[in-house]
Amino acid sequence: MNRMKSLHQEGRKEQKRYLGDDQWRKARNLRALLGVLAQTGREGVLEQRRWLRLRMDGEELTEQETALYDRQIRVWGVDAQRRLSKSHILVSGMKGTAVEFCKNIVLAGIGSLTLMDDRMVTEEALSANFLIPPDENMFSERSLAELCCDSLREFNPMVRVSVEKGDLSTFDGDFYDKFDVVVVSCCSLRTKKLINEKCRKRSKRVAFYTVDCRDSCGEIFVDLQNYTYSQKKLVDTIEQQLQYPSFEEAVAVPWRALPRKVAKLYFAMRVIERFEQTEERNPGETSVADLPSVLKLRKELCETQSLNESHIPDGLLERLLAGRREFPPVCAIIGGILGQEVIKAISGKGDPLKNFFFFDAFDGKGIIEDISNPDTGS
Amino acid sequence: MDTIEVSNLNRQFLFRQSHVGQSKAKVARDAVLRFRPHINIKPYHANVKDPEFNVDFFKQFNVVLNGLDNLDARRHVNRLCLAADVPLVESGTTGFLGQVTVHVKGKTECYECQPKPTPKTYPVCTITSTPSKFVHCIVWAKDLLFAKLFGDKNQGNDLNVHSSNAASSSEHVDVFEHRVDEDIEQYGQRIFDHVFGYNIEVALANEEAWKTRNKPKPIYCRDVLPDRLVSQNGSFDKFCATDEPSSVSAMTSLGLKNPQDVWSLMENTKIFLEALKLFFGKREKEIGNMIFDKDDQLAVEFVSAAANIRAASFGILMHSLFEAKGIAGNIVHAVATTNAIIAGLIVIEAIKVLQSDTKSYRMTYCLEHPSRKMLLMPVEPFEPNQSCYVCSETPLSLEINTYRSKLRDFVEKIVKAKLGMNMPLIMHGSALLYEVGDDLEEDMVANYAANFDKVLSELPSPVTSGTMLTVEDLQQELSCNINIKHREEFDEEKEPDGMLLSGWAQAPPMEKDNNMPVGNGESTPSTSQAVPLKPEEDDDIEIVPTEIKTIPAGTKRKISELSSTAISEPSSATDGTRSTKKEEEIDGDDDVVVMLDDGNSDISKKKRLH
Repeated sequence: MNRMKSLHQEGRKEQKRYLGDDQWRKARNLRALLGVLAQTGREGVLEQRRWLRLRMDGEELTEQETALYDRQIRVWGVDAQRRLSKSHILVSGMKGTAVEFCKNIVLAGIGSLTLMDDRMVTEEALSANFLIPPDENMFSERSLAELCCDSLREFNPMVRVSVEKGDLSTFDGDFYDKFDVVVVSCCSLRTKKLINEKCRKRSKRVAFYTVDCRDSCGEIFVDLQNYTYSQKKLVDTIEQQLQYPSFEEAVAVPWRALPRKVAKLYFAMRVIERFEQTEERNPGETSVADLPSVLKLRKELCETQSLNESHIPDGLLERLLAGRREFPPVCAIIGGILGQEVIKAISGKGDPLKNFFFFDAFDGKGIIEDISNPDTGS
Repeated sequence: MDTIEVSNLNRQFLFRQSHVGQSKAKVARDAVLRFRPHINIKPYHANVKDPEFNVDFFKQFNVVLNGLDNLDARRHVNRLCLAADVPLVESGTTGFLGQVTVHVKGKTECYECQPKPTPKTYPVCTITSTPSKFVHCIVWAKDLLFAKLFGDKNQGNDLNVHSSNAASSSEHVDVFEHRVDEDIEQYGQRIFDHVFGYNIEVALANEEAWKTRNKPKPIYCRDVLPDRLVSQNGSFDKFCATDEPSSVSAMTSLGLKNPQDVWSLMENTKIFLEALKLFFGKREKEIGNMIFDKDDQLAVEFVSAAANIRAASFGILMHSLFEAKGIAGNIVHAVATTNAIIAGLIVIEAIKVLQSDTKSYRMTYCLEHPSRKMLLMPVEPFEPNQSCYVCSETPLSLEINTYRSKLRDFVEKIVKAKLGMNMPLIMHGSALLYEVGDDLEEDMVANYAANFDKVLSELPSPVTSGTMLTVEDLQQELSCNINIKHREEFDEEKEPDGMLLSGWAQAPPMEKDNNMPVGNGESTPSTSQAVPLKPEEDDDIEIVPTEIKTIPAGTKRKISELSSTAISEPSSATDGTRSTKKEEEIDGDDDVVVMLDDGNSDISKKKRLH
């Protein structure tokens, strides 16, 4: 009797480890409902695993998926792949970096992708967006989102790609319930904060990311709210818990409270951001002519924040102001890093970055900065 | 020269499902022209080692960007770029790791200045008699059993070799041959019993080998499948007569659907027998000249099953087909995101080269876990290695038994395999001992053929201790002097080739246990001595910075290296044509020289380029 019991327990432990916590709880209830007895025979275990997988996710990976995703399944495993295939992602602002990101996650095999950008094609867009056919006959009359949608579908017919029209910042909170991940690009400070807040208010977590590239620099912001995940360290598995600040909370952290040697790009982007807000410019609508005003703003901000102005070099600000166009290789790099991050968040595998990422082609460094309140971590 | 495969499509985004089977070079070109119609792109569906891609060919270019997937080709291109004096941007990715490096003759290290890890090889006896890891079983199943049953019958095969060497393999009757009119089921069981039962019993008889090792268990069909009758020919009816030979699968016919499952011994046995049956029943014409192909489902099933049964016999953990396929096929795991990052970094370096911005050249490493907050870590390139035989013409030394080793051994194991020469020329003083080429006269060819099988000391121009040989590859424009030193004995385990080359820094082959990323691409098939194979891959790979033996005093460098020199996919980098980036001064305190500090290595500051 005792032996049966311990075998039963062993079997349960194994299944729990195999399925993961969430799935395990679901499985237990279903099994109870259907009265399936725990079998300890070899064939029984295999059959049971298969059955449980079917009940849990509705389907195993198809043969087509297994063949297509073979190389990446070898990186993150079948479970992660399955989770990806059920994820829904919203992307607003179809500039070059966002396009690179979309390409990456569509190739990875997410469930669905919704694109938002009602703007028309410009010559600037063509310089960094490889999804737009350069033939004017083909792209006139269609929005950036519509054009990108058509191209992205071709990358992976198994992913549902669609377009949503309108101004995202005016949508109700429950619009966001449809998504697991929201990525915004070419967004004003006000809009970023607004959308971030809406995401945070949902009952199910909606991961929020911003991404922007100017000249040959790029910035990514990540908000996963309260995020717990299993971290595999060699032989052990540790539960990690991270608490992310919202964008508003992060940029509100006093500059002097930040560690020394925080990437200069962080401060520079905040200055430009503030400048655009004060001058009521559209995101990215700046030029070298703005430099004097921006330098003045920098002086004010640094005084208020008790930060030495040398932390925000003239040259860097000038580049960011002048660089309306994105630089394609930087789009690829930033879009790649962002793609990696979103895949990690959806699959629950791997250490997500917290909470800013910066890249500057001039020094070639790709840096993670944790901009959060040192006391609470958020 | 590659064609597009389904498994490429998860990251090589210039290709579509409809392109599977077509030339990568051609399709890539067409795809790029679609969004940049005015670029001049010329595709070559060919092997970069072909003679047409000589130094003059390479001289046409301002920069060369590599997206190769094997070490051999990379070394070849490295030498041509040196000969042509054209800067080379190298790169590689594996999973979440990757790197980009810049090589400019005379200014930076060449690609071969720092030793690159070579694919792991295993001693014959480990494979044939004393396996201890699953990879040994795979090598046995693939390069011995599969080759013996389905491959070229004329090739030498170590399948019946035992560690004692007492049991002679010169039987008059080939045990493995399918006898005329022999029932396939019976044949299958007979082969099974021979390799998993009889051969093990014979091995067990050699008590010495098992004094310090766990004894293997012989496995016979009747023990695993007691109810199985010999007359099982009916199973062919399950298939439709119009079945494509390529879609035939033992898994399908047995209802084992999931390649991620780890099968039981019984299931593996069934697969083994079923696969064998299907080969003889549906693909008989191919038997006798098959080479293992990871995309051949039936071959993968057979090899996985055979490896698993052997593993079970030796008490080694069995693996799923998915895992076994990865090992047997040297599959590199790859994702679109890492490739995108590396592609972007390649273009950034290429632009620096085109602008001759030498001070800005960087080696950039893409990490999975940040090091000092960095996921992308730039490092200044090193100066050329004075001891590099490729770019610095240092002579090498070779210890070899000049009375036993033949010229053939020297050419194959040293000149081609180690030195990476493609079309070598061997000279002793002014005497031409050997050469490869298309335009040779018949009597020369005959002469070389004769020399090839002669022992070194018996060559027309005898090679003995103290001789200096010159080996050259005209295409690569590489010339190398090797001082020969005679040595009588070599350790079978440590020096299985019976030769020792020194004077060049060679990275140790990687062990799986170090959790290091894999080496530089597909290993080429072995000679009969040792069987090269890549180590198994872990799900989570950690970077362990390796320490390389420091170069002898006199040179000013010590180096530590990220062990992330990895395989690359044919990189789908978009052809960035931007060159309007303004040159600006980097801030004074932006220290670009990043030291990779793993805490226990003695790193001194590298010598900067300028």
